[in-house]
Amino acid sequence: MNELIKLNLSQARDKLLKKDFSSVELTSAFIKQMEETRGLNAFITETPELALEQAKASDKRIAAGSAGIMEGIPIGMKDLFCSKGTLTTAASKILSNFIPPYESTVSQNLKDAGAVSLGKTNLDEFAMGSANITSAYGPVENPWKKQGDNAKLVPGGSSGGSAAAVAARSCMAATATDTGGSIRQPAAFCGLVGLKPTYGRCSRWGVVAFASSLDQAGPMTHTIRDAAIMLEAMSGYDPKDATSIDISVPNYESLLTGNVKGLRVGIPKEYQVDGMRSEIMDVWHKGVEWLKQAGAEILDISLPHTKYALPTYYIIAPAEASSNLARYDGIRYGARIEGEDLTDLYEKTRGQGFGNEVQRRIMIGTYVLSAGYYDAYFIKAQRVRRLITKDFTDAFQKVDCILTPTTPTAAFSLDNPPTDPVEMYMNDVLAVPANLAGLPALSLPGGLTSDGLPLGLQLVGKSFDEVTLLNAAQVIETAANFQGQVTQMRKAS
Amino acid sequence: MELTRENIIKVAHLARLEVPDERLEPLRQSLSQILDWIEMLNEVNVDGVEPMFSVNQEQMRRREDVVTDGGYAKDIVANAPGGAQYDMFSVPKVVE
Amino acid sequence: MTTYIEGATGPWEVVIGLEVHAQVSSNSKLFSGASTEFGADPNSQVSFVDAGFPGMLPVINDFCVRQAIKTGLGLHAQINELSVFDRKNYFYPDLPSGYQISQFKHPIVGEGHLNIDLPDGETKAVRIERIHLEQDAGKSIHDQHPSKTFIDLNRSGVALMEIVTMPDISSREEAMAFVKNLRSLLRYLGTCDGNMEQGSMRADVNVSLRRPGAELGTRAEVKNVNSIRFMGQAIDFEVQRQMEILEEGGTIVQETRLFDPVRGETRSMRSKEEAHDYRYFPDPDLPPLRLKPELIEEIRKTLPELPEAKKTRFVEKLGLSPYDAAVLVSDAEFADYYESAIAAIKQQDDKAPKLLANWITSELFGAMNRDNLTISESKVRPEGIAELVDLITAGTISGRIAKDVFLQMWESGESAAQIVKEKGLEQVSDDSAIRVCIEQIMAANAGMVDEYRSGKDKLFGFFVGQVMKAMQGKANPKLLNDVLKEMLDGK
Repeated sequence: MNELIKLNLSQARDKLLKKDFSSVELTSAFIKQMEETRGLNAFITETPELALEQAKASDKRIAAGSAGIMEGIPIGMKDLFCSKGTLTTAASKILSNFIPPYESTVSQNLKDAGAVSLGKTNLDEFAMGSANITSAYGPVENPWKKQGDNAKLVPGGSSGGSAAAVAARSCMAATATDTGGSIRQPAAFCGLVGLKPTYGRCSRWGVVAFASSLDQAGPMTHTIRDAAIMLEAMSGYDPKDATSIDISVPNYESLLTGNVKGLRVGIPKEYQVDGMRSEIMDVWHKGVEWLKQAGAEILDISLPHTKYALPTYYIIAPAEASSNLARYDGIRYGARIEGEDLTDLYEKTRGQGFGNEVQRRIMIGTYVLSAGYYDAYFIKAQRVRRLITKDFTDAFQKVDCILTPTTPTAAFSLDNPPTDPVEMYMNDVLAVPANLAGLPALSLPGGLTSDGLPLGLQLVGKSFDEVTLLNAAQVIETAANFQGQVTQMRKAS
Repeated sequence: MELTRENIIKVAHLARLEVPDERLEPLRQSLSQILDWIEMLNEVNVDGVEPMFSVNQEQMRRREDVVTDGGYAKDIVANAPGGAQYDMFSVPKVVE
Repeated sequence: MTTYIEGATGPWEVVIGLEVHAQVSSNSKLFSGASTEFGADPNSQVSFVDAGFPGMLPVINDFCVRQAIKTGLGLHAQINELSVFDRKNYFYPDLPSGYQISQFKHPIVGEGHLNIDLPDGETKAVRIERIHLEQDAGKSIHDQHPSKTFIDLNRSGVALMEIVTMPDISSREEAMAFVKNLRSLLRYLGTCDGNMEQGSMRADVNVSLRRPGAELGTRAEVKNVNSIRFMGQAIDFEVQRQMEILEEGGTIVQETRLFDPVRGETRSMRSKEEAHDYRYFPDPDLPPLRLKPELIEEIRKTLPELPEAKKTRFVEKLGLSPYDAAVLVSDAEFADYYESAIAAIKQQDDKAPKLLANWITSELFGAMNRDNLTISESKVRPEGIAELVDLITAGTISGRIAKDVFLQMWESGESAAQIVKEKGLEQVSDDSAIRVCIEQIMAANAGMVDEYRSGKDKLFGFFVGQVMKAMQGKANPKLLNDVLKEMLDGK
């Protein structure tokens, strides 16, 4: 393995600026690794030629002293971000031939910051899934394995391709999106940092929509510092997105102090869900201790409506999705299956173009919005959503951020994933409340299971207070010394 | 909530999804199961609670009335399945 | 005033409600920056937003919001400080996103009213239920290919106001008067050009019948009627159709019907009717629209004088007949023309406003009709017709000569003064010239003079005509009368 790809983003950035190596060298090393790890199926489309072109341009800018904040850094782009002139599929058959004539705001922001895109990463179809097994381009494999067990594991989802690619070091960082845990859960499963920013922080323009009131883009990286750098590059007000918020973007990296003295951290009792493994509870307790030792004040809090978040989410997200996905009708772009008449064309195109999970969610969404059920399901869910949000508002009167586990389990088997949809949905039970309330939330690796799989800790913060999350997370990152834990375990075995 | 086969057929048609016969029963079962689970929300007292449709409820910014877009018919139809004719999309004839 | 129609089994009351779709006059679309101009090449005025491409998002046009507020104020309606955009979900090839962005539960404008004139001279207030903003769909073209329908999305996303009335309209005449008045109002406000031929305005007409005083009957909705004349025909047809069914003891099916202008009939659109379930819900891409009271007040201050107020002023201050006033205010362009002409009048004369109104409504409109031109295409501009009236009131030309002058103005665009000068049409007010002419005429018609003097007074007109003819109509009529009388009477 080339030493260059072992660097994290901030290290590589510093060395590029010092001209220790060029972006072309760095990019070439990642292209090689991307090819070598192809078996993970982390990329849907690889764009090595484009990447090298961009790397050359980056080297010129570095030489000219006009480098952006991510100049020359090779990243993976979740295949949900439209990229001008490059196939963009949302991992669906229905978009298997779609070449966008435009570039999403977030991917453009990254380009403008100098980032080099290696290609489009795999995901659950239309970002609907928690194991990256619903992709029309096949499942993604987690580079992590249980100790002494060669069974394939899922990388989590929906941003499973981004997570696997970063974890396998076939890109230095990747973009991801999070509607109900799709950044944080795969980050937890793959031992990475994943940050879902406040709703409205990153523009949704040009990102294939799943559930508009919940979708938010964010970075997936190796370290907290990397996440801070990449978040700054991705963020910003966009007049093309009416839900984007016009608040200036701080230089997150410069605000990293690693200081949590006096920070009030809430521990919600409701996050101890049924069936949560003791190893997860242990990591959570360790997280509490680390923060306490660094001078934070730990407070028990209650978020009473937590258990209703997941069913609420499974009304709202499918309802919005059923409408957002109506545009895939085989008329203007994407795949078309001809039919006897127009209705037949629609039904065949959509029936054969969407996979089972997407169809299931479109069906639920259509049902909960339909006449006679709208009030009982959709409106009810929106009322519960307000109660869930109010839980957080009340809690944030007392605390500055909240610490919880990211997922109730570690990564599970790729060959025997849960077949029961509700069991699968439970993966995101701890993640969705932050989406419903639009709050920033971050997952970082806290420890390992006894069989050597990563476990994530989640921090949830106040609106637009990503800085507090990053600082608390950095304290945990340092104390946990996750890489140290991994090395130790590998030595021991 | 136990859905019927007819429910499934009706909803599938509303959503314009062709569901082969052999998929109807599995779909009926999984959707019924999901809806059963969702019924959990009936425990929550929402009296007097306003629905919350989105996070950003404050103010919607408005743009100026200026022509800034369009003028690229070829790009609009470039992805059209089956190709475009006269820069237009085509579908099987619709009879009104 | 309720009118009844007499059926075989007794009287029926007609109940009509309208949903008028008026295209908002704006440069760009409601949620995208593409142009709204009419008649462009297919898909040339379409943004990726209008074509429903993946990841595209709507951003609302501030001017369209202001136009809706202005329209609401013109209809004396409640402006809602909070309104919400919803998605109306259905599949159709000209609806690219699979939903139309509209306003369902919380429209921008609430209740208001618009007055219409009834034939008996009374006015009736038709109540407005609401106005909401929504997107137009694209266009399906069925006649260019034997087996295909083509889709042009140029109209997709253009802003529409849907103006919904209460079921207050009780005849075809009232419905037609309502749409005429509404169109005139929208043109005054500048919020819609009212051009029905280009589809800028179209109406869905809800028609039902009931026995006098009974509960509302089941209605049929005639969709997309795109001319006032067609609306009259559609209502006539529906009233007859429903009456026949009801009188035979049948029931009306609540349904959507289509008007066929060729056959003058409505027919059921049952094919499109199947299980509509629009699944409205608030569009998560668009936060609620909140309006500050100051904005509403600011717009209120920009409202022009509206047709009703203008008509009252024309009658009370300028002395026009209610009929002339109504004709002139019926179209903002007519009223503007008239008021510009008034402003250009130089001759102080109380009769001038009325005279001007007569010249516009008779000579000018007559010429426009004859040559099929609009008022803006007329070569006779307001200043020109004002000058003509000035020449009449100053006594420079007679009314009869003025008609000839007008015709020449209409054809060539020359000014009245120029024509009068070039052709020497000034009125002769020189008493000696008139006397010379009268002497000649009397000499040539001595017999008639005798007859007149022996008491045949009626011959006076003959002499007037002869003198006028001899003087090519240029004699000052009043002077001619006086001198002729004196000379015939032999004083």
